[in-house]
Amino acid sequence: MAKIIVVTSGKGGVGKTTTSAAIGTGLALRGFKTVIVDFDVGLRNLDLIMGCERRVVYDFVNLINGDSNLNQTLIKDKRSDMLFILPASQTRDKDALTPEGVERVLNELKETFDYIVCDSPAGIEKGAHLAMYFADEAVVVTNPEVSSVRDSDRMLGLLSSKSRRAENGEKIKEHLLLTRYNPERVENGEMLSVSDVEDILSIPLLGVIPESQAVLKASNQGVPVIMDDKSDAGQAYADAVERLLGKDMPHRFLELQKKGLLQRLFGGR
Amino acid sequence: MTADTTLDLLDNDPVFNLKGGMLTMTVVELARLSQDHFARQLAEKVEQAPNFFVDTPVVIALDKLTDRIDAAALKGLLEICRQHGLQPVALRGGESFRPLAQSAGMVLVPVGRQREKSIETPALRPEPAPVAQAPRAAPSGGGKLITEPVRSGQQVYARGGDLIVMAPVSAGAELLADGHIHVYGPLRGRALAGVQGNTEARIFCQNLEAELVSIAGHYKVAEDLRKEKQWKQAVHISLDGDSLKMTAL
Ligand SMILES: Nc1ncnc2c1ncn2[C@@H]1O[C@H](COP(=O)(O)OP(=O)(O)OP(=O)(O)O)[C@@H](O)[C@H]1O
Ligand SMILES: [Mg+2]
Repeated sequence: MAKIIVVTSGKGGVGKTTTSAAIGTGLALRGFKTVIVDFDVGLRNLDLIMGCERRVVYDFVNLINGDSNLNQTLIKDKRSDMLFILPASQTRDKDALTPEGVERVLNELKETFDYIVCDSPAGIEKGAHLAMYFADEAVVVTNPEVSSVRDSDRMLGLLSSKSRRAENGEKIKEHLLLTRYNPERVENGEMLSVSDVEDILSIPLLGVIPESQAVLKASNQGVPVIMDDKSDAGQAYADAVERLLGKDMPHRFLELQKKGLLQRLFGGR
Repeated sequence: MTADTTLDLLDNDPVFNLKGGMLTMTVVELARLSQDHFARQLAEKVEQAPNFFVDTPVVIALDKLTDRIDAAALKGLLEICRQHGLQPVALRGGESFRPLAQSAGMVLVPVGRQREKSIETPALRPEPAPVAQAPRAAPSGGGKLITEPVRSGQQVYARGGDLIVMAPVSAGAELLADGHIHVYGPLRGRALAGVQGNTEARIFCQNLEAELVSIAGHYKVAEDLRKEKQWKQAVHISLDGDSLKMTAL
């Protein structure tokens, strides 16, 4: 059975697209046929992060309007035969995605894919609502700060009341993904800790992704950071994918790395 | 001047107190003028959450309205509101709406910096489909049982009874009950018991971190609650005269 996973947050810029790319790629690398769908109409970041922006011909809105078919529209990833991208439209018309159209496309994708990862736009308005409405599971991306946690809380409220599953009396499986986690700033009291956030949101923790240079580097190269298996963020995303698939993995990168004497002397960062 | 009035003049016992109060008020923000649509959409909302709308005071906001509205049209809208149990008490909008407000006997409140959030009615556990021969579950006296977290932006109202929440209540969430409120989890949002004026109503919670607690309109906000010994503790809150009494559970 195909699973629809929405990556959502409420607040903008917390790492949804980075996460969608990483998780989608991680699932494909583990042998699941996966498509990542960009719901962020007008912005279109996913194809940049995936490094396939030059190959975009048709997009989600074309597909909905019947201007193109699935074969013409899906972009096959260079790195994995199991991975496809459905790019967002550049149109300024925020109403281009219709609930009926989205449902039809998702149903069609369900016939051939194991996982459909939906990259939600920021906010809790129409676009974000459409991205989560048909989901079976939700990865709620949160940064360890009060405003992001509050927005995630609101989004969780919507997931449990304004989704297809909620309307049918079922539950969306919820996962907390804490991103841009900086143990040093947590220690200094500038950021909420993992347990603070878990305590407020009270949903299971899928993973903690550290704040990392590797993320920017990867996105500049158009390579999902999970491919960088030497990096802390890449490894943390890989662990999160394993947990998503049901494996029990210890959480890493939560503690401050003790700095060496030289680093302390010269304030290396 | 009679002896009586002289006495009265000497009697300085206050007959009333002026108090600053904070009321949560639902705002019906009109986008356009269409009585038919308004009636239909309001009916739908009411159907989703009937308890929500009974005797609810509302402010009708005209500031986002793109169409012109006259006294007759307003009267029609107010009528529809009342049919659904809403009690319009004020209009919100610029000075130009003052005559309209006066014609309807309502106050005009300015478009201010009120904090607003759109209200989501949380999905309650769906009632099991009634099975013909099975007896119904014991009636819980109009109370309401919530087993899922109540999240920021959500509001739950137990009309005519108690509200029992067996999950966390987030900051930015709001619980309302005509009767008592019980929270078996941290209470971080607002809890208003006895909202129809029942001074006997009480609030029980496992962990008091509330933004506001209120019984029959007598409230305390987080700033004051923080100073209580029971902050972040299990507590039982009741009304003692005019003030809220906190007792460790
Ligand atoms: N773990 C991380 N460490 C460092 N930087 C990160 C991390 N995760 C994301 N970023 C950076 O944060 C920025 C926003 O990330 P991203 O585009 O994934 O967020 P988003 O939630 O999709 O944003 P939007 O709401 O605009 O769609 C990017 O510059 C990205 O490189
Ligand atoms: Mg994005």
